[in-house]
Formats: sequence, C-alpha cells, structure tokens
Amino acid sequence: MFDPKGFFWFFGVIAMVSALLCITRRSPIASALWLVVTLFSIAALFVLLDAQFIAVLQVLVYAGAIMVLFLFVIMLLNLGRPGPSDIKGPLGLGVAVLLGAAMLFLLKPLGSATLPTAIQLPAGSVAALQQQRGIVGSVANPLFDAYLIPFEIASVLLLAAIVGAVVLAKRKL
Amino acid sequence: MLLSPALAISAVLFTLGVAGVLFRRNAIVIFMCVELMLNAVNLTFVALAQVIGVGGQVFVLFVMAVAAAEAAVGLSIILAVYRHKQSVSLQNMNLLKDG
Amino acid sequence: MTGTPVDLIWLAPALALLGFVLNGTLALTRPNTKTVVSVIGAGVLLAAFAVAVVVFSNFRGLHPEDPVIYRYWSWIPVGTLQVDFAFQVDQLSLVMLLIVTGVGSLIHLFSIGYMKEDPGYARYFAYLNLFVFFMLVLVLGASFPVMFVGWEGVGLCSYLLIGFWFTDAANATAGRKAFIMNRIGDFGFMVAMFMIFWSMGSLDFATVFEHAPTALAPGGAAITAITLFLFLGCTGKSAQIPLYTWLPDAMAGPTPVSALIHAATMVTAGVYLVARCNLLFAMAPVSSAVVAGVGALTALFAATIALKQWDIKRVLAYSTVSQLGYMFLAVGTGAMTAGIFHLATHAFFKALLFLGSGSVIFAMHRAYHHTHVHEDAQDMRNMGGLARYMPWTAALMWIATLAIAGLPPLAGFFSKDEILTAAHARGHVQAIWLVFWGFGLVTALLTAFYMTRLMLYSFHGPNRTGEAERAHLHEAPWIMTGPLAVLGLLTLLGGLLNVPELYRGSAWLHHWLEPVTAPGAALIPDVHLSRSSEWLLVGIAVLTAVVGVVGAWRLLKPAELVPAKQAPEERGFARILRHKWYVDEIYDALFVRPLMWLSREILWKRVDQQAIDGAAVNGAARGARALGWANRWLQTGQVGTYVAVFVVGVLLLLWRALG
Repeated sequence: MFDPKGFFWFFGVIAMVSALLCITRRSPIASALWLVVTLFSIAALFVLLDAQFIAVLQVLVYAGAIMVLFLFVIMLLNLGRPGPSDIKGPLGLGVAVLLGAAMLFLLKPLGSATLPTAIQLPAGSVAALQQQRGIVGSVANPLFDAYLIPFEIASVLLLAAIVGAVVLAKRKL
Repeated sequence: MLLSPALAISAVLFTLGVAGVLFRRNAIVIFMCVELMLNAVNLTFVALAQVIGVGGQVFVLFVMAVAAAEAAVGLSIILAVYRHKQSVSLQNMNLLKDG
Repeated sequence: MTGTPVDLIWLAPALALLGFVLNGTLALTRPNTKTVVSVIGAGVLLAAFAVAVVVFSNFRGLHPEDPVIYRYWSWIPVGTLQVDFAFQVDQLSLVMLLIVTGVGSLIHLFSIGYMKEDPGYARYFAYLNLFVFFMLVLVLGASFPVMFVGWEGVGLCSYLLIGFWFTDAANATAGRKAFIMNRIGDFGFMVAMFMIFWSMGSLDFATVFEHAPTALAPGGAAITAITLFLFLGCTGKSAQIPLYTWLPDAMAGPTPVSALIHAATMVTAGVYLVARCNLLFAMAPVSSAVVAGVGALTALFAATIALKQWDIKRVLAYSTVSQLGYMFLAVGTGAMTAGIFHLATHAFFKALLFLGSGSVIFAMHRAYHHTHVHEDAQDMRNMGGLARYMPWTAALMWIATLAIAGLPPLAGFFSKDEILTAAHARGHVQAIWLVFWGFGLVTALLTAFYMTRLMLYSFHGPNRTGEAERAHLHEAPWIMTGPLAVLGLLTLLGGLLNVPELYRGSAWLHHWLEPVTAPGAALIPDVHLSRSSEWLLVGIAVLTAVVGVVGAWRLLKPAELVPAKQAPEERGFARILRHKWYVDEIYDALFVRPLMWLSREILWKRVDQQAIDGAAVNGAARGARALGWANRWLQTGQVGTYVAVFVVGVLLLLWRALG
C-alpha cells in the first residue's frame, strides 16, 4: 500500500514543475512563492529518504527564514508588481536552453552509475542508526564528534554574515 | 533503490537553476535560482547518505548554514546596489565595462 | 726569441698600423694638415723599410735552418684547433717584406706630390698605411688564418682605395667589383683551409708542411682539391682567369694605388701563396699543371687585349695581369725562385711604369685644368711627343719598357728568361708544358709590341694634346720624379739578384730561397738542359723581344692618330680586342644579371617583402590584433556574459570528469 517510489516521483514531479514555474514567472513574488513550493516538495523527498531532521530544518530554515527574507527584500524594493519582463531576449534564452540541454546530457550517466560496493553500506543502515540514536541524534552525534571543527567554523561564518549584512545595509556607515 | 530517481530529479533541478541564472535579469530572481541549485545539491547529498553514511545529512546542515549566511549578505548587497542604481536589473550592473 | 734585432720584426707592421691610426685620426679631425700627414705617412714606411733591412741583415748572419717563428698571443684555441697570432721570419717572407716596404716607401713619397691637391689627402695616406699593415701581416703570417687576415685586409684596402673618389659612382662600382670578385676567390681559400685542418689537424705552416707528405696521398684527390681551392683564391687575388676582370676596372683609383696594390704587392699575394705552399703543389701534379696552364693562358689572353687599349693605365693593367700569368707559369712549373724573382723585378719596373704614367697623367691634368678643357687625361690618343716636355719620365719609362720586353741586361730579361727556360725544360718530360712555353713566347712578343706602342703613342710623334695645353706640359716635381729614378736604378740592376750559372752568375736568390723551396723541389722531376739548349732558348727569347720592339716601332704610325674625341670606332678583330673579348659582357649575362634577377624578384619581392614582412612580421601583428578582436567579445562588462562563460567552463569540467 505504501509505495515509496510512487510517492517519491509524485513529490519529485511537483518539485520539478514548480521549479520550472519559478524560473519563468515575470513577477518576482510569484517566483519566490513557487520556490517555496519547490522547497516543501524537496522536504517531502527528504522524509522519504530517511532524513526527517533535515526535512524539518529545510522547512524551518530555508522555506521559513530564507524565503521570508527574500520576500521582505522584494517588498522593500517595491518589486512586487509585475513590471516589464526581466527575462532575456531570444539570444539569452537560446543560450540558456542550449547550455541547459548540454548539462542534462552530461549528467545523464549519473543516472545509471553505481557506487563501488566497497564504500556502500548495507541497505537500511541509516534507518538502523536512527533507531539507535534517534532521528536528531543520528545527525547531531557526528556533528559534535567528527565534524566539530566545521561546526565551530560555521558559527563564526554566521557571525560574519550577521555583521556583514548589518554593515552593508546601513544607509550611512 | 531510491537513489536513481533522486539523482535524476536533482540533476533536473540543478539544470533548471542554471538555466534560470542564465536567462533572468532580475538580481533577486537569479539569487533564488542559486538557492534552487543549492537545494538540488542537498537532495543529492541526502540521497547518497542512504548508501554511504549519515555524513551526507550532516553536510546538508552545513550547506543550509552557508546558504543562510549567503542569502543575508547577498540581499543586503542588492539593497546597497539598489540605493545607487535604483534598479536590480543585471543589465545596469555593468561597471566592469570599459568606457 | 733569438735575442737579435730579428726580434724587431713586429715593428714593421706595427709602424704601418700606427701610421693608419694617426693619419686616420687626422683625417677625421684636421683633414687639412698635409705636412704632418706626409711626414707620418711616408715616415712610417721608411722606418718600416729600415726595420726590414736590419732584420734581413741580421737574419743572414744567423743562418738559421728553420724559420724563426714569433708567437704573440693565442688567438683561436678551440677544441683541437690552436691558432696563434704568429709571425714567421724566413727567407721568403723577408724577400716579400723588403719589396713591400721598399717599393711601398717610394710610392708613398711619390704620392706626396701626386695627391697634393686632393681634399682627401689624410684619408688617402691612412688607407695606404693600413694597406701596408695588412700586406705585411699577409707575408709574415705563420699560419693560414693569419695570412688570411692579411689577405682579406688588403682586399678591404683595395676596395677603399679603388673607390677613393667615391662621389663618382663608376669608381664606387669598380671598388665593389674588385671586392666581390676577391670574395669568390676567398671562398676557395677558406674551403682549402677547412680541408687542410680536416686532414692535418693544424693550420700552422710549419706543422702542415711537416705532416703533409704522410697525411695526404701525393697526387690524390684530397691534395689536388686543396691546392685547386687555394689556386681559386689566387685567381681572385692575383687576377687570373676567370677572376681577372676587376683589375682593369681598378684603374679608377689614384695611380699610386694602382702602382702599389695592383702591380707590386697585393696582386702578388697569390704568387707568394703558391710559393709558400710549394710542397703542397708539388704533391699535386694536376693542380700544378692547372696553375701553369691558367697562368700561361692568362698571360697570352691579357696581352692580346692590351694591344688595343687606348687608356694608358688600362694597357698597364692588362700588362700586369699578363705578367702575373708569367709568375704563375713559373710557380706552376715548380720554379719557385723564378716566380719570386719575376715578382721582384716586376714590382720594380711595373711600379716605375705606373708611377711614370702617373707623372704623365698629372701633367695632362694640370694642362687641361689650366685651359678648362674636359678631355680624358689618360687616353693615349690625347698625348704624343711628351718626351720633349718630360724627358726624365720618358727615359725612365723606356728603361722599364725594355725591361718588361725582356731585353738584356735589364732585370726583366733574367726573370722572364728563367721562367721560359723552366717551362721548356719541363716540356721534355710533360708535353703540355711545351704548349705553355709557346704561349709564354708569343706573350713575350706581344708584350714587347704593346709596350713599345704605349711609349710610341705617348712620348713620340706629334703632340695631340692641343695648342693651349702644350705650354703647361712639363716634368713633375722632384718628389715624384725622384722615386722614379730610384725604381729605374732598381730595374737596371735588379737582374743581379739572380744571375743564372749560365753566365757564371751566383744565382743568389735561388740559393737564398732554397730552405723554403727545397721540400717542393724534391718532388718535381729535375730536368737538366744542355748548355747549348739553354743558349738557344735565350737567343729565341731575346729575338722575340727585339722583333716585338722593332716591329712596333716600324709598323705603328703615331702620326696617323687623332685625339680621342675624334677617333673613329674600331672595326673587326680590333673591335673584339678593344672590348676585351667581351668577357665583362659575358659575365654580366651569365652571372650578374641572373643573380640580380634572383635577388630582386625572388629574394626581395617574394621572400623579404611577402613572406618575411608580409606573412611573418605583419602577419604576427594581424594575428595578435585578430585575437584581441575575438577576445573583445568576451569582455562585455555584463555579469550575464560572465556567468554564461562560467557555466561553459563548468560544462567542460563535467565533460572531462565524467568522460
């Protein structure tokens, strides 16, 4: 009854379609909102991939904070109304389609690629880990264990971002 | 067994993000397409975490942190530019052009 | 070092070089100080002659067995080749040294008077001194390269002096012709040097002549090739067939230059070379035959041309070519002493003849200058009866004429006779030499004839110069006639240098040169003629000379000549002789024109202009510009373009990474 693959494709298609709509809307607000839909779909995909914590983070941080920030700025700059189209002319469109098609073509082999068995873990090992440590714990443990230093650096990075954002957005320095 | 579809969807999303960056002029929309690309990559990481290890999910965490920082700083840059040029169209950001 | 005055040998060329430096500086800074220049110019030569005499007398006292070699510094130490800047003092080089400095001094003194009015006075003496320096390096050199330095140097000075009055394009062209034809010969010399080094590993005369008999097979291809290439150099420098056409044109230079360079010294360098390398030529009988044959042929050929020349200097020029032919006939036969003897006597009487003609031309120029007439001062048809106005010059030139004709007891008789006798003697062993002897004999007849013709037309008969000019014709100043007198004396007494045993003479020169000529002489068939044959040959030679002189005196009628401007054009065979058998025209058609065409059409237009200038230089510029233009399209200043290029880069990376 529960067909993971079917659900996966369902949410995947939603993600792809909303992404396409996102990049082709004339109004920036419409684009932003379609991107939110995409993010939600991806969160669903995360859940299906046994990354529930990441899914929640996706909704909270990405869709909830970053996209809201985008909408703030759009409103602030009064770009909400559909103005003159900012999509490039036929030349730009042509180049974009061409390069996009090339990229898709190049990425196709990944679809049938298989990882070497040496580094593969037995199926379901992530789920097992989650049983053992808990959903949050399976991500948090390595964070304070093997990835401690990147974690600390990330916090410094966020500090830098805060300071930078404040300085850059001031009217008078 | 969900790996192949995940990678396929990720590839398509990434390509859409690239195409978006290439044919939009509005700086904010381009930024959003960049976020789209980052998400596609996140999907790849999470999909591979199933096969290789939970490190993939940890890395997604970091990507999100960086994306947040980048969004904050990038949008404030766009604001600053808007104050000078009264526009966020990429066409007008051409100070690199000679003469 | 011998600790004797012989060590002073370096002074002789050094003095000449000093003269060049001083006079050259004066030429550039104070060109009008004629007195100082004269003193320096002639002074260094006289001093060099004094050095030569001192070295010579001391050398005689030493009686050394081997040449005395002075190594001054190591010039080319490269790998297995070691060439030092070294001088070699031996019997042969001393003879040449005395001739060069002695006759050279006389000519310098003559020049003081001849070039008095010339604005380039200092430059002239500078070049003349430089020439003597190089000539001395040539004769004193102890190895082929040092000799070659002198060889090239005298070629350079010849060019500078032929084109001395370079504002007239014809003179510059003559200088160029001389230099280029010399270069062709020099190529031969260089190839010979390469081959000598290749086969013997050294270029010093002493080493080469020591190893040659063992290193090279006598009569073989190697030695024949070496000597033939050396001879090619000689044909260029000494104006033999085929490279002789520059010498008549070289008469464009001042007459003392013609006397010194193109009669007495530079052109004899080829004869000196063969004499120096007598061993090598003796080892290659084919080459020796070629040398003798070319010499004999050239002698005859040039003599025929001289029969119909009207320019006094041209006659003397062809006479020089002809007499050089005699010298080569001598050295080709292996009679080195005869060749050097004739070189010395020829230096005396030919210098006398040239300087005498210089006095004549000087007088003619002055006469025309006074009456402001523009006639050719060198054309014999404008002269005539000059003996009345210039008795000393006429008398001295008659001495020289009889000498060159070969009348006893003048110098020319002894030397020429020795050559003809040697050739005839060799004819008993190799028949071809009798042909050479025949050429030589006919040449003697023609020589007597055309020289008498020259004297007749210039000094005797009615005067054709013109009424107004006649008053201004007189003898040259003593500074010019003095050296003529000295040369006249040498011509009279020069025969004493080498009186053969036939007349119970001492054959001094022959014995003096024996240490140098012995190695080669040992390899040559020694033919002894009976006393009666020798007397017979002498008689034939004298008879030929007398017939020539008397024949010219009887047959030619100076009274029938008209001045040059009114003279009719020659006809028939005379025309061919007048135009030098059209050799210059043939060379022009065969070599000069195709080369000029090649240079202009192919090398200049195609290679230089189109390929190098057009394709390479301008093409590189155009390519750079095109690349720049192409790159311009990438630098739009638009972020969008840059992003697109970025994506293309990423795609390339992906492509490479994913195969």
